[in-house]
Amino acid sequence: MLVLSITLVIFLIVAGLLLYALIRFRHKETDSNREPAQIYGSNQIELSWTVIPILIVVTLFLTTTRVILVTEAIPKPASAMDVTVIGHQFWWEYSYPKLGVVTANELHVPISDPASPTPTYLTMSSADVSHSFWVPRLAGKMDLIPNRVNTMWIDPQATGLYLGQCAQYCGTQHAKMLLRVYAQSPQDFAAWIEQQKKPAQQEFPGNAAATEGQTVFMKNACINCHTIKGTVATGRFGPDLTHLASRDTIASGPIQNTPENLRQWVEDPNSLKPGSLMPAMHLNDHDLDVITAYLSQLH
Amino acid sequence: MTTTPVLEAIDETLETQGRPPLNVIYEWLTTVDHKKIGLMYIVYALIFLVIGGFEAILMRIQLAIPNNHFVSPQVFNQLFTMHGTTMVFFMGMPILFGMGNYLVPLMIGARDMAFPRLNAFSFWVSAFAGLLLYYSYIGGSGLYAAGSAPDVGWFAYAPLTSKVFSPGHSTDYWTLAVFLSGIGSIGTALNIVTTILCMRCKGMKMSRMPLLPWLYLVMSGLVFVAVSPLTAAQVMLTLDRYLGAHFFDTQAGGSAILWMHFFWIFGHPEVYVLVLPAFAFANEIIPVFSRKAMFGYPAMVAASVSIGFISLSVWAHHMFTAGLGPAGNTFFVFATMVISVPTGIKIFNWLATIWGGKIIFAVPMMFMVAFLFQFLIAGLTGIMLSAAPFNWQLSASYFVVAHFHYVLVGAIVFSLFSAFYYWYPKVTGKMMDETLGKWHFWLFLIGFHLTFDFMHVPGILGMPRRIYTYEAGRGWDTLNFIVGVGAIFQAIGTLILVYNMIHSYYKGKQAGHDPWDAWTLEWSVPSPPPSYNFAIEPTVSSRRPLWDLKHPEDPDSDYES
Repeated sequence: MLVLSITLVIFLIVAGLLLYALIRFRHKETDSNREPAQIYGSNQIELSWTVIPILIVVTLFLTTTRVILVTEAIPKPASAMDVTVIGHQFWWEYSYPKLGVVTANELHVPISDPASPTPTYLTMSSADVSHSFWVPRLAGKMDLIPNRVNTMWIDPQATGLYLGQCAQYCGTQHAKMLLRVYAQSPQDFAAWIEQQKKPAQQEFPGNAAATEGQTVFMKNACINCHTIKGTVATGRFGPDLTHLASRDTIASGPIQNTPENLRQWVEDPNSLKPGSLMPAMHLNDHDLDVITAYLSQLH
Repeated sequence: MTTTPVLEAIDETLETQGRPPLNVIYEWLTTVDHKKIGLMYIVYALIFLVIGGFEAILMRIQLAIPNNHFVSPQVFNQLFTMHGTTMVFFMGMPILFGMGNYLVPLMIGARDMAFPRLNAFSFWVSAFAGLLLYYSYIGGSGLYAAGSAPDVGWFAYAPLTSKVFSPGHSTDYWTLAVFLSGIGSIGTALNIVTTILCMRCKGMKMSRMPLLPWLYLVMSGLVFVAVSPLTAAQVMLTLDRYLGAHFFDTQAGGSAILWMHFFWIFGHPEVYVLVLPAFAFANEIIPVFSRKAMFGYPAMVAASVSIGFISLSVWAHHMFTAGLGPAGNTFFVFATMVISVPTGIKIFNWLATIWGGKIIFAVPMMFMVAFLFQFLIAGLTGIMLSAAPFNWQLSASYFVVAHFHYVLVGAIVFSLFSAFYYWYPKVTGKMMDETLGKWHFWLFLIGFHLTFDFMHVPGILGMPRRIYTYEAGRGWDTLNFIVGVGAIFQAIGTLILVYNMIHSYYKGKQAGHDPWDAWTLEWSVPSPPPSYNFAIEPTVSSRRPLWDLKHPEDPDSDYES
């Protein structure tokens, strides 16, 4: 990158001169006690080391401006996909408004073919305090600021999982507000969308625990904060759980989505993520078991 | 030592020898002498340096290994908030104001500051602000011994500071402490500006004033413009929290961006408020230890003044990721890059001052050499960060943390340590121990580079700042461990400095008036200077009055235009 090479060259030149001067002009024992020649300055020299840096600065500035314009000011292609990102303490809400899908914490996007690009445009805001969306290998960061809408775009060209995390201090659990972006082939992405569009499974033949778990869930305060599409649970304060079991992680990334972790999370979220806003539900062991069984079935 | 007899003090009968301790304490508490106030500033700031450093060590222990449970997330968030606030408001500003308080009148041949009582007032307000901030540990939630320190980060972004997200009083302690510190800073800045403009000795035109007062003039001017909005913003935040105003309350239509503007219109000039005094020390110390006059004095003055002005138009480079849009971003990229020009001029002039000199590597000069290299690197990473696209990637990451610590520690603290060794003989009349000084230098240098060189890398690898822990396997573990080890080196180095200062006070060699064979007025009076500084108002005819006295055959006044 140009900026990097220019700064490196400046460093080598100036540090080299400095080092040379320090060695060459150190005080030696053999020196006479006379003071060295006093030189008070030179307008020509001052002028030269004013003008040359100005030229360098102009070069850097023009290069930078070009990148800014390419990134921020190009029109959005018609083939772009829209995703709305809402930051919460301490998790991410994603919705695909044109596709009718709402999910949390794990963002799925199609990869983009350079011949017919399908970049993903993120429209970003926050439900509480400021957050920042940063997946280093996909793009720079952009803040999610309450009462304000920011936009950015990403354009992954290779499939895979891209990791990142919140980059604007947002409270106690800023550290465990992780980002996971799954870049998928267009076919896999379409399949994922189809599956996410469905309402949650409500019949669990042969799985009495899950059936009972569903009842327990719907009778408890869980439904005040969480949505499970197709049921009475329509809360918006916490993540959408309609397809919870299709996710690899819980609690916005730091914990693997296994039945054991899920059970511990429901029992006491603060034991896994101190400062999490989900309260401990004080359920008995039986209820915890059946709720875990139920949530594990929400594929 | 060559000094001029007319500048000698007459006697020292007003000094405190042999008086009851209570009288001495009373005298310090009620003093309006700029030197005593300066020293109190410095001692108070050093106490906060140790406290803030201790907080840094705790954070580095927590981050040394992944998934550590040394402190809880709540405690970690308090630690970085307190570390940042302490180091900027209760260490950096007071210690530099203290140096300025002590040195400016002596260097311009004045007997005190323009407003001695205001000076004492400013000091005590700042000092109480620091105590107030730390009182939050016991009073933060409003109940005795049930509280805790603020945890909103040192830039306290809205709306995290609103009542909804920060209940209790911990945030109020932060707000009031910063508010009071702001009042103290503005008072001192006013005092310094007036002193420099009105109280220079005979013959000292502005163009003959040493560079240190020049830089303090620019720095104090910046304090007016930069600290005032921050102080006002604290009032607005308090109105939001207690009287239902909605400046920053986004739930009611307030603006989070507004706070960012208020904070950074303070925050970036603040960097220059802190770094200009560091330049000031360099401007005095590098020439003396190179045995040459400062190269390009007018250019240095011009560069300092233009840094002052440009630094007022760069603040939004802290907000490149807030979505200001291409026009705003481009402007602030340009302003930020332009400031590297006058900064570069300074580095070149220091280089030219060294060039052709006879460099004496005493401890002050060793710190200055390190300062030059580190400031060069810090400036260059600064240019990188000024390019907005680079910034989108690296802002709020450990790269930024490393960059600004390179400025704050690598440049400012190194320059400050250099100044300690250089002026300590003037203040106490004793030389500081050279061997201990060299131990301090090398330990601190090694620690600094272990910590802050390696800290750049996790930032590039995607590690954001202000996280209390991280998962293993992202390539951050070893680097963070090295960073932690470096912090311990720095702590030991700093403790050696503190020991050296106490030890040398009792055991140090007598310094005499002018141990470094220097050229500015403060070296013409006894060490320590009497309370009235100058028995007779000095008259100067050049920028280096003592050079003229020592070399009457070849005075500076023949060359200065």
